[in-house]
Formats: sequence, C-alpha cells, structure tokens
Amino acid sequence: MKLQELNQSEYPVPAELENNIAITSLSQLYNWGRRNSMWPMLFGLACCAIEMIATAASRFDFSRFGFEVMRATPRQADLMIVSGTVTKKMVVPIVRLYNQMPEPKYVLAMGACASGGGPFKEGYNVVSGMDKYLPVDVYVPGCPPTPQALLYGMIALQRKIDGQSIANGDDVPWYGVSSAEPTPVPVLGPDIIDPRQMDMIRRQAEAAAAELPSIGARDLPAATALVAASATADATAVADAPPVDGDALNFVLPTGAAPWAEAEDIREKRRLRALARKALRATRRAVAAEEE
Amino acid sequence: MDLAAVAPEKKLDSTSIDEAIAHLQSEYPDAVSPDDREGYCGVIVERGRLVDIARVIRDDLGFDYLSSATAVDYLGAGDHLEMVYHTYRTSGGPALVFKAQTDRDNAEIPSLVSVWRGADFQEREAWDLMGIHFPGHPNLKRILMWEGFQGHPLRKDWREAYYEEDQKPFDSRWPGGHVHRAEEKNVFGKNVTYPPDIDLGRLMDTSEAAVYQSLGLGVDVERIMDKDGFETNELVVNMGPHHPSTHGVFRMVLTVDGETVTSLEPVMGYLHRNHEKIGERNTYLHNIPFTDRLDYISSMGNNHGYVLAVEQLMSLGRKYNPPTYRCEALRVMMVELSRIVNHLWAIGFWLNDIGAFFTPVLYFVQERERILDFFEAVAGSRMMCNYMRFGGLFGDLPDRLKSVSNLTNDRVRDYNTMQFLTEMINERIPRTIDELERLLTQNEIVIERSVGVGVLTREDAINYSAAGPLLRGSGVAYDIRRAEPYSIYPELDFDVAVEDEGDMYARYRVRVSELRESVRILKQILPRLEATAGESIWADGKPGAYAPRVPHGEAYGRVENGKGELGYYVVSAGGRGGSSNPWRYHVRAPSFINLTPMGIMSRGHKVADVVGILGSIDIVLGETDR
Ligand code: SF4
Repeated sequence: MKLQELNQSEYPVPAELENNIAITSLSQLYNWGRRNSMWPMLFGLACCAIEMIATAASRFDFSRFGFEVMRATPRQADLMIVSGTVTKKMVVPIVRLYNQMPEPKYVLAMGACASGGGPFKEGYNVVSGMDKYLPVDVYVPGCPPTPQALLYGMIALQRKIDGQSIANGDDVPWYGVSSAEPTPVPVLGPDIIDPRQMDMIRRQAEAAAAELPSIGARDLPAATALVAASATADATAVADAPPVDGDALNFVLPTGAAPWAEAEDIREKRRLRALARKALRATRRAVAAEEE
Repeated sequence: MDLAAVAPEKKLDSTSIDEAIAHLQSEYPDAVSPDDREGYCGVIVERGRLVDIARVIRDDLGFDYLSSATAVDYLGAGDHLEMVYHTYRTSGGPALVFKAQTDRDNAEIPSLVSVWRGADFQEREAWDLMGIHFPGHPNLKRILMWEGFQGHPLRKDWREAYYEEDQKPFDSRWPGGHVHRAEEKNVFGKNVTYPPDIDLGRLMDTSEAAVYQSLGLGVDVERIMDKDGFETNELVVNMGPHHPSTHGVFRMVLTVDGETVTSLEPVMGYLHRNHEKIGERNTYLHNIPFTDRLDYISSMGNNHGYVLAVEQLMSLGRKYNPPTYRCEALRVMMVELSRIVNHLWAIGFWLNDIGAFFTPVLYFVQERERILDFFEAVAGSRMMCNYMRFGGLFGDLPDRLKSVSNLTNDRVRDYNTMQFLTEMINERIPRTIDELERLLTQNEIVIERSVGVGVLTREDAINYSAAGPLLRGSGVAYDIRRAEPYSIYPELDFDVAVEDEGDMYARYRVRVSELRESVRILKQILPRLEATAGESIWADGKPGAYAPRVPHGEAYGRVENGKGELGYYVVSAGGRGGSSNPWRYHVRAPSFINLTPMGIMSRGHKVADVVGILGSIDIVLGETDR
C-alpha cells in the first residue's frame, strides 16, 4: 500500500503528523499483509507446471508481486496452483494436500485442463476440472497460459483478497468457532468414487443385485442409440427443409451487414453440402452392405 | 567409440532384414509366417514358440535392442489381439518386426521379460490397457491405471464416459453444428456399473499395508510395518506423487535398510491422460497438437516423430509429395533447438536434485527463454508449437521476429530473423554452454556426487531398452540420427556423443557434448536456410490436405529426441480410399521405458542419490504416463 493511501482515511490527520502516522482499517492492513505474502505450493502436475516454473524463474519472477517462494509442503503454503491435467489417480493426493493446507487457502486453476478438463477432457482417467472437487478462486485460461497470463491471474487473486473483510464472517471462515470441514478424499474403486456419492453407489449396487435397472450410472448402448437417433433426426430435418432453415429466415439482415451475411451463407452452404455428402456415403455403405 | 570396435561379428547378425526373415522361416517353418497384410511388414510368430524365437532373434540374428512392444486390438478385422515387437541391432540398421496373435477372450501371450528386460513395463502397459495376460511376467500389475479399475480401456469396444462416436469429427459437431458439454449427457462422468458385491469399506481402507498392497514390492510390507513382531531396521519410504524432485507427479516406493536402498518400485500413471485412446478417435492431423503435450519440453521433436510415421504411411499411397529441402532443414533446426532446450532443462534440474537448489536453473532457463521467443514468433506458442504438418510445416520463418505477447509498439523486441538466429547459434548458445561447463564439469561437488553413482552397465542398458543419453552414457554409441538416419541428417556433420562409465556423471557429459553437437548442426543449417530462402516448404507450393486419407498399413516412425528414442506406431485400417483416423496410435515413450532400469540403478545407494539418479535419467511425466 502506498503511503498516500495510508493517509487517505476518513479520519482527519493533523497536518504536523502527516507522513508520520497512518490510519487505516484493520481489514485493509490485514489484507495488505496477506496479499503480499502469498506463498504458492511447489506442486506441478503437467505441462502447465513448466510455464509456472518459468513464471517463478529469472525472467518473469513472481516474487516481485509477493509470491515470494514456493514451498514444497502444503503446511507452509497459502495458494495451490493447480498447474495441469487433474487425473482421477492424482485427484486423490491433491484433495489430501488441499486438506493439509492451513486456512486461509486459495486455489488457482491454471490452464484449460485444471479449469475444465482441457484437451484431454474426454479421457477416461481425466477429471473435468479441479472445481469438481475443490473450490477454485481464480481460473486462468490458456494451454498453457503464458507466464504473463498466470501473473495476471495471480494479481486477480490479490484483488480478490483486497475485497475480503474480517468484519464479514463469510469472507473469513477460518476465524469461525468450529474448524473447517476437510474436503472428502475421493476413493479409487472400479472408477473414481466421490465419498459424497457413496449412498447413491450403494443403492446402485443393491439395484444391480436385485436386477433392477440401474440408476445414475450411464447405460452405454442406450445413450449411443440416443445420440445416433438425434443425429439422424437432425440430418433428415435438414435434408427435408428448404436450403435455408428457419432461424436464418427469421433473421432480418440489416443492409449494411452484407459481408457478414455472405460469410454465414457460405458456411451454411458448406454445411449442407457436407451433410449431403455424408448422407450419400451412408446410403452407399448401406447398399454395399446389402450386396454383401 | 566407433562402430567398428563393437564385438567381432557373427555371420548371421549382419544379414539384411529379408535374409533374417528368410532364415527364421526356414528354421521354423511351422511357427513363423510372413505378415502379408497390405502395408504390413515383418513376421507373425506362433505364440507358443515366441520365447524361443525371440532368443534366436536376439542372440543369433543380433537384434539385441527391443525398441517397442505394444498391442493392437483388431476388433472386426480378424478379431484378435496382437503384440507387435520392434527390434533393432545396436550396430544400426532397420527393424526386424515380429508379432504374436491371441484371441480377444482369455488373451494370453508369453512374456518376453526373460529375453529383454525392457519388455517389463511395456507388457504391464499392454495388460493394463489391452487386457493381455503375460504368463512368465514377474510382476504383472496394472501400471497406468490403478488396481481395481474396471475394464481395459484401449480395447476397441471399451468406451469412455464421454464417448460419443468412434471417430472425430463427431456428427453432432460437424456437420451437425451443435456443441454441447459432455457433462450434460453424462452428469456423473462415469461409465461404470458397480458390482452387487462391491466392498466400499475395503476401498476406504487407508492403512499402510493397504496403501502398498497393490504394488508388488517384493517385500512383505506388513512384516516391516509391524513393529511388535520381527525386529528389523528395514523401512518402506514413499516418495511422491507430490514431491519436488520427482519432476512432476511420479511416485517411487523405496525399501531402505538404514539409509541404503534395497529395492525401488516406480509407480506411475498419475498423469495418464489417455493420449492413445484420444489419439485413436482423432483424425491424423488432429493428433499433432496432442503430441506437443507428450514431452512438453521439446514439442518440436514430438511433432517430428509423428509426422515421420504418418508420412511413411502416406508414401505408400499415390498422392504424396515428400517435404522439400527447405522444409527438412527447418525441421532439423527446430528439433535441434528443442534438444538444446531439453538438455539445458535436464542439466539444470538434475543439479536441483543433487542439491544446487534452483540457482543453476536460473542461468540455463535464460537461454531457453530466447529460444522459446523464437518458437513463439514462428509457430505462435512458446511451448506447444504444433508446428509440423504431413509433408510440410505450419509456416515458413517470418522476416522479422516479434514477441507475440508484445506485438504493439515493441521496438525492443523486433529483430531480423536470420540475424537473430545467427547471433543465437554462433554466440549466445555457445557462450551458455561454456559457462555451464566452467561452472560444473570440474566442479568438485558435482563430481563427488555423481561419479560412480547410478551405474548402468552396457549390457544392462541394451537389455533394458534404455535410450538416449542413458544408453549412450553406458558406452553404446546408438543415436538414431546415425543408426537409422532420417530427414537430412545423413549429410550433416556431427558426432555421436558417448561415454563409457555409465554413471550420472557420464550422462551429464553426454548431454554437454550433445549440446555442442547440436550447435555444430545448427551452424550447418544456417547456410542451408540462406541458400533456400524464398523456396516453398510444400512440395507443390500449397499446404497439404486438411484431412488427409492415409493408406492401409502400419508404420513405426522414430526420432532421437532429447530424452531418447521417441517412436510412434501408427496403424491405418483404411479401405480403398484410406482412413482419416488412425486405428492404432501408440507412443514409444523414452521417459517411460528408461524408468525400467531405475530399480537396479538405485540399489545399494542412498535415498539422496535416488533423487539424483532419477534426475539423470531425465523424465517428463507427460510422456511417461501419456
Ligand atoms: S492446459 Fe494445456 S498446457 Fe496445461 S496441462 Fe493442460 S494440456 Fe498441458
């Protein structure tokens, strides 16, 4: 905090004391201390970790912003930078590490993977984002985010801290009477199991034992059929419809928007052509299969 | 060491591949048959005789190095599972490929661990992901997924939770034009059915014995843990997956007697991101950005291996133009720059591991940043370059280099490209290497910590399928750029770096020499770039097809990457027109296979050395776990 800011309080400071005493609110002072000594945990998951190291290294150097040193133990860390793909196998230790961090603690999801699964989202061992298990404070997009982007995200976190107040119990749960509940640590069973879903799984297993249709778990063939059905429905709808579909008709174009409309037009034509090609291929395949 | 000095030659072990195959067929007419599927090569071995024949291949025919062993699921095309082995001679030359087939139910193929120890992890992976059982394997446990996981995910009929269709582009996206979030269709993100007798209580058991139970440590954890029983000073120490010196999310379970390591079990899969399953849904082109994320320190090298494999397949078809000379020169330049980045990083972090915490790294990543600036200006991204294409490149060099993140009004970071490169290659990088050597090569602490530690003998290095600096540090002059040259390496003048001692220090020395050799190569590339300035990077002057159709067949493309031999095994199961998606896409990851000898290298050393040994192997988890 600049000296000037310290002096700008609602309490009048006598002129002769200016620059000698500072009046501020406790919250501000407290946050000023916290925001400028955020120690991240030394903890890298995947490719994003390399950029995180680059951010910590000589050229970008996040110590300049108060992120001083990375600590290898969660017990000394204020901030968990989830830097990379969270896998089902890894989320177990991650949650455990989070539980070991002392309050106040923050989580920054770095990169597409930690924010929502990223390029590997469809993988069978990938968790679609850290926020499925932990509360995330800041998301930094990118694959990987550049060091500049990460710094920006970290500064955004500092701003978030600035906005918190010890007068407000919701902002600072760590001052509450009872200690915070640890996040339940997921378990590795036939697939990953969130202990909060235990009851549901028990019911599923019971239903399976009684040979009832299972609930909650996805029935694969049915779902595939659903997707296929909706795809064919789409295809026939488009094939039957006149070349321009309803949405485009309702859209009255302003005369000035010609280039945009043209682009849209071309896209639409390409789409229809591709659909037609696809349908043709399908019929050919069907015919060939029949011949065989 | 030059190649001529390798052991005196037996007659059979210098035959050509065709002669070797002919020999096998005449010796074992009923067990060996040629693989005559269109676009395939090598032989199919009757699985009952596999181990005997593998011995003959290794000992008599001289193919002593097992590069890759992987499984393919031919569902719908013969309905069998197939193990594919690529073996090479460490004296150089092409591969002898042999295969063994088994039914999909009760899949069983004898283990080759007794012949090549390097098959160990690869067979475990095949068991884990394909469900092939390997009788004779000493420790057949899952390796990437956890014990108890349901199913073998790389089988063609195993579908992930967010499954939509077998191949991309998904109809709903193109031409359908709808994008939806996978969670909306499958809220729980699972495709699992829980068996009626599921024992949730056991899963929640977090006692020490349960934690180590699935690892196959070879020690009785319960006995060691049980303080009241047998009196012993053996101890099980767990390192990772969260540990600052495991270079990511790698885990090792050590058994120590006092301070001395008696056994070590690497545990991986914490970054298993299903690269291969996703890769088999993707189109060919789609996979290039995914390869960036394998060894994310040297993405250019990863691109190169993959495009080589697919180009090999494409060259079987009619419409294929090989890359132009300028394109090849650019590729080699990028790859060598990546190698420099990789080795600087590896040496820096190895020093971290042996105790020089972070200061040396700061020196070395400085130069790395300059190279990344160059990559960013050329390919658009610092790390994930996504630069190479089949038969070409994403783009030529720009005239001027600007830092992409500082595009506006940045007069400070705006250089003439060739001038920037000339300066970097002739001055900055050599200066960094000199500095590095001045600080480290004769440094007493470095020598004390690393000489004689983590020794891997020449025979073990070959038998364990070690690759890259790990192999060359053990006295095997095997560098794919020379052993089975690709691109324009044959015409470039450089030496294969090799050291005989096989310890950590030897590996360090190999890396330093390779840095110098890379600079030597880069100096030869510069005039070639100048001579070809203005020429196209595409054979017919325009970019290749967006969605190429790749002819039927198999290909194994491999390159010498910073960490070792990076190979891609790609199978295309196209009909007449070729296929747009790979049927099988497998990555032979050096970081993964180089971990196989980790146990024998660490035995007898102290816990603090284990960290250094791991650093000297130089792994990156994106590639280890894929
Ligand atoms: S967001 Fe991209 S760079 Fe980051 S971990 Fe995921 S794949 Fe790697």
